[in-house]
Amino acid sequence: MIYHSQFEQFREAAGRHSPEWLRVLRRSAMQRFADLGFPTTRDEEWRYTNVSPIAKGAFQLGGGSERNGLSARSLGAYLYSEVPSCNLVFVNGRFSKELSSRCELPAGVEATSLAEALLADPDRTERLLSCSLADCADAFRALNTAFLSDGAFVHVPDRTILDTVIHIVYVSIARDEAVMSHPRNLIVVGRESQARIVETYVGLGDGQYLTNALSEITAGENSTVEHYKLQRESEQAFHIATLETRQSPNSSLVSHAISLGGSLARSNIQVILDGEGAQSTLNGLYVTRGVQHMDHRTLVDHARAHCSSRQNYKGILDDRSSAAFGGKIVVRQDAQKTDARQSNRNLVLSGDALVDTKPQLEIYADDVKCTHGATIGKLDDEALFYLRSRGISRDSARTMLTYAFASEILGSMKIKPIQCQMDLVLLGRLSRDGRLKEVA
Amino acid sequence: MKLWLVFFRIPGPRAAGQAVDSIRDLTIAALIPAGAATTARGDQEIGKGTGDMLEIRNLHAKVEGTEILHGIHMEVRAGEVHAVMGPNGSGKSTLAKVLAGREGYEITEGRVLYLGRNLLDMPPEQRAREGLFLGFQYPVEIPGVSNMYFLKAALNAVRKHRGEEELDAIDFLHLARRKMKLVDMEESLINRAVNEGFSGGEKKRNEVFQMAVLEPTLAILDETDSGLDIDALKVVARGVNAMRREDRAIVLVTHYQRLLNYIAPDRVHVLVEGRIVKSGGKELALELEEKGYGWLQEEFQTGRPVGR
Repeated sequence: MIYHSQFEQFREAAGRHSPEWLRVLRRSAMQRFADLGFPTTRDEEWRYTNVSPIAKGAFQLGGGSERNGLSARSLGAYLYSEVPSCNLVFVNGRFSKELSSRCELPAGVEATSLAEALLADPDRTERLLSCSLADCADAFRALNTAFLSDGAFVHVPDRTILDTVIHIVYVSIARDEAVMSHPRNLIVVGRESQARIVETYVGLGDGQYLTNALSEITAGENSTVEHYKLQRESEQAFHIATLETRQSPNSSLVSHAISLGGSLARSNIQVILDGEGAQSTLNGLYVTRGVQHMDHRTLVDHARAHCSSRQNYKGILDDRSSAAFGGKIVVRQDAQKTDARQSNRNLVLSGDALVDTKPQLEIYADDVKCTHGATIGKLDDEALFYLRSRGISRDSARTMLTYAFASEILGSMKIKPIQCQMDLVLLGRLSRDGRLKEVA
Repeated sequence: MKLWLVFFRIPGPRAAGQAVDSIRDLTIAALIPAGAATTARGDQEIGKGTGDMLEIRNLHAKVEGTEILHGIHMEVRAGEVHAVMGPNGSGKSTLAKVLAGREGYEITEGRVLYLGRNLLDMPPEQRAREGLFLGFQYPVEIPGVSNMYFLKAALNAVRKHRGEEELDAIDFLHLARRKMKLVDMEESLINRAVNEGFSGGEKKRNEVFQMAVLEPTLAILDETDSGLDIDALKVVARGVNAMRREDRAIVLVTHYQRLLNYIAPDRVHVLVEGRIVKSGGKELALELEEKGYGWLQEEFQTGRPVGR
């Protein structure tokens, strides 16, 4: 398998500069990957997603020249100049200093590349990384750790309100040769602090590539974290990403996940509410067309009492595309007074599209409030007729209703320039005849 | 809705604001196609020179295999107000929906000419753009689409079809505010999602408001009076009366005579079991109010006039 030979090459090239603990960590992760193997559809967690194209793929670790011919200008469409932001740009998995912005951040705040953090203070990075590394729960996480070398490192110390948005941009440029990257993001927000983190994944070029990302967020006591993941990979991409968050008491985390790209995209979100009074909100929107396949998994682990979680995921499927949603809520025995809600609604625009949705509750406490609901439906004929009876074309009416379905998720975004851009991207995608004007 | 942010510029102090408004009104009025002018444009099948706006001939329609309309004949001329009355299940709403182009109805026989053209060949949006309006019996709630956004899109689709310039957000808002006054509609409703959480009365006012904005040539109001208290009914009636014009026709589909106390129809038709069994002047409505629909049903079934 190409992953093993790639690992050997990587180990030789990168190993010399790495501290001993990291070399050991990578090796054991590779061993773990070898033991686990890629999941198959017989694996319950992967029942609806067949990753054999990834297993069979011949992806090379991206590298080469740092910018790969990319100019800051060509990235403009993916950045938000209207909000003060610190952009960390990665090209094929490697940090690009030239494309990234020079960030002026409050004292003590760090936003840099993981590679730099490893060089600057390897011991601390080890401490922070090792918090959750013990469990390489699945093959992709193991693979990410085996190839661990770069990504974003964000550290917000205690009692710091960070107004600047940290925008982490992963650009994949694949042309003749299939490339892969294994970004690792480490985000630590201290107690009583506040941060907004945006992860954008984009693909330029028309070749195949694999993104296998792993982000970890640690939210300190009474902190507030808003996280955005804007998955705008090319439609040739394979995108696997995991977000793991661990929340301390009274912390609040909001995640917005917008998935638009990838021929095969899988997103795992794992939230551990590990302190009383912690709150978590997971909003998600996936939009598929052509033969795209997207699979979203959430796991909300209520480990302590008095925590609340809200999950609202919506899907819009067209053509012959498919999607799966699996949402699991676990309420541990001590997690009394848990308030957990989950909703997954899907709008199917074509008779050939397919959705599988599976809510799951595991409750071990006896004084809790948990609800879940899942729907799969099509556009309301009566509403379509109502709009058309007023002179609005069939296509525009469909676009309007579809957009309206999604607007609840987009509307919940607090960074308005991101919301506006996502609105436009979505409308552009939904309106078949490209007549935005009539709708907008 | 959020997208409006893109369009809103804060209007600077416009010294001649009033004047601009009234000029715009004139422009809008002048641009409404007169019935006759539109008829002349009808290229396929010209009516028999009667100047009819709507001509329904022997219309049969089925829903899910069951015939609901068994041969409707009806003629409406420009400037007229017609009332179509009848008991529940007589086919009144089916007729209204068939005219507006609702899918799911199979036309098995007959034809409908609108301004001399074959109405049944047109998709619903084209009917609307040609000036036909249906006021819904049960207006549809559309979460996530704001009233303003929706109606502006609708108006601009109609205007574009007429070859008129599309209105921008500011001009549209001016127009909408004026029309809302006509139906005593609360301004806040325009920023809410279409009909979502509206009371029954608010929904019906919203229908009349939409009609006032779109300025149709032929308006069909399907039980717009049902479920309204007397004050709301008066408001709706005022809105409809304000719309009466020589070049516009209005068809009121109603179960009750009450609305006709406020809107005097030129013709009243009684629909029973999918056929128009009697047509007459406005006094027919009073007769129905007094005697109910039973005698007409009987008359229709026996084929003999029931003694009056």
